[in-house]
Amino acid sequence: MALSDDLRDLYQQVILDHSRSPRNHGQLHGEGCIHVHGDNPTCGDEIDMWVKVGADGKVEDLKFEGQGCAISQASASMMTVKMKGADAAKVQTLLKDFRAVVTGEGTVQDEDALGELALLEGVQKFPQRVKCAMLGWRALEQAIQQSGEKTQQA
Amino acid sequence: MSDLSHLRADFPILHQQVAGHPLVYFDSAASSQKPRQVIDSLVHYYEHDNANVHRGLHELSNRSTTNFENVRKKVASFIGAASDEEIIFTRGTTEGVNLVANVWANQFLKPGDEVVITGMEHHSNLVPWQLATQRSGATLKYVPVLDDGTLDMAALDELLAGPVKLIACVHISNSLGTKNPVQEICAKAKARGITTFIDGAQAVGHVPVNVREIGCDFYAFSGHKMCAPTGIGALYARAEVMDQMQPWHGGGEMIETVTMERSTYKSGPARFEAGTPDIAGVIGLGAAIDYLERVGLEAIQEHGRELTTYALEKLVALPGLRLLGPPIGVDRGSLAAFTLACAHTHDLVEFANTQGLALRGGHHCTQPLMKRFKAPGTSRASFYFYNTKAEVDRMIDILQQAIAFFS
Repeated sequence: MALSDDLRDLYQQVILDHSRSPRNHGQLHGEGCIHVHGDNPTCGDEIDMWVKVGADGKVEDLKFEGQGCAISQASASMMTVKMKGADAAKVQTLLKDFRAVVTGEGTVQDEDALGELALLEGVQKFPQRVKCAMLGWRALEQAIQQSGEKTQQA
Repeated sequence: MSDLSHLRADFPILHQQVAGHPLVYFDSAASSQKPRQVIDSLVHYYEHDNANVHRGLHELSNRSTTNFENVRKKVASFIGAASDEEIIFTRGTTEGVNLVANVWANQFLKPGDEVVITGMEHHSNLVPWQLATQRSGATLKYVPVLDDGTLDMAALDELLAGPVKLIACVHISNSLGTKNPVQEICAKAKARGITTFIDGAQAVGHVPVNVREIGCDFYAFSGHKMCAPTGIGALYARAEVMDQMQPWHGGGEMIETVTMERSTYKSGPARFEAGTPDIAGVIGLGAAIDYLERVGLEAIQEHGRELTTYALEKLVALPGLRLLGPPIGVDRGSLAAFTLACAHTHDLVEFANTQGLALRGGHHCTQPLMKRFKAPGTSRASFYFYNTKAEVDRMIDILQQAIAFFS
């Protein structure tokens, strides 16, 4: 039985590897740490993201836990690898570029920075899975927004 | 096995390729496919008989009205109602539940009253009762589901001893396949003067259903899960119960006389059928009943039992597969719900789709039940009489490939 190319593109070995053994898995606690829960109620995918954002907007550390499909968990895992230590500008570029990769809309600014995240391009052929790929990213976006609001209040 | 494979020729949609593979449609619990006879009935209606029902005096309106009302009689006899005056046409099961959870509940539910449902209800037989109890100040309670996918009948007995006004229960679960002892439940409720509502979405057209044997006050079902078009269904309301009920939607068809100040309403089902009904849908529902009766409900039930057992036995042999619902050998609906250790249901369903196999994955509109079984979602293969053992073999082959791929 031959598997379709689209399916192989969607579930590349790197993606399956991240879903089986997620990186930066777990929780973060302590001062300056923000916890965000994200979910896709229609499919039941869930992500809990803990992010430590520096005063300059740099992502100093982040970890996640979750349950859901391989795409949602692998995408979150791959994201944490790229985002750990990223400064505010890089975070925004990655967020924008990744959205462009999975939706096929817009252009990628920094292909090198994306690296293997570009492998999630296969999601474009499966429009219903875009929200899976974006789940962890939306949680991070929210965490960064909350951190910005906190800084402003302080 | 009661071989019904010759009937596949009646279903044009089944004879197609998906992703370069012959379609295997195992999602009939979500919506069944339609035989040529039903599709033709819609075309015939629009080409020959189309006209509004009830008010016209011309030939086409008379014809349309006669055909429309004949289907009401057909539905009554199909589900064993005493009279066609007990059949209200609806858009489907969900509308049937909402009708009762609005009209009946608004009239009869008071603060302090209780409504009992079960832990395996589809959202459509859960959310309307949440809304109804919130509006009236009544309390919503539920019968827990045991590990084997059956209802905790001891808990049900305890619950029914409370100030319960109504119990609503699914006949056959769309998520687990559990066939509930609705006759026993209705007898227990009746003995305490409790009104009974049965959700028959997965039962009608799949097993013989007789509302008088069940002994319920209300019974709702959808046409589209039994070969009829989408958007049409029926609600059985026992005559004495229906007679007490106020109108729901106001409009044409449901009134007798109207002045600018007030109106009087028709009795019987017409009171609940405001506006021009889905006439074509009703005609299609009638054609579906004719079709199913020709095949025979006993034969359909028997085929479902054999095919489901065949599938369950092959499924449990797969590594890392966990089956939900009643164990093999217990009479159940024609579906298998399972999880795979190596793959989330959406990954599996995506994989299956690229092989032409239509499965359903997710929470199946029963989120509390998924929580109960600690499953973020399940994969579901559901069968109807047009499915075959060869298709089950194909599914097993695809699942084996998926396990190799994701492990």
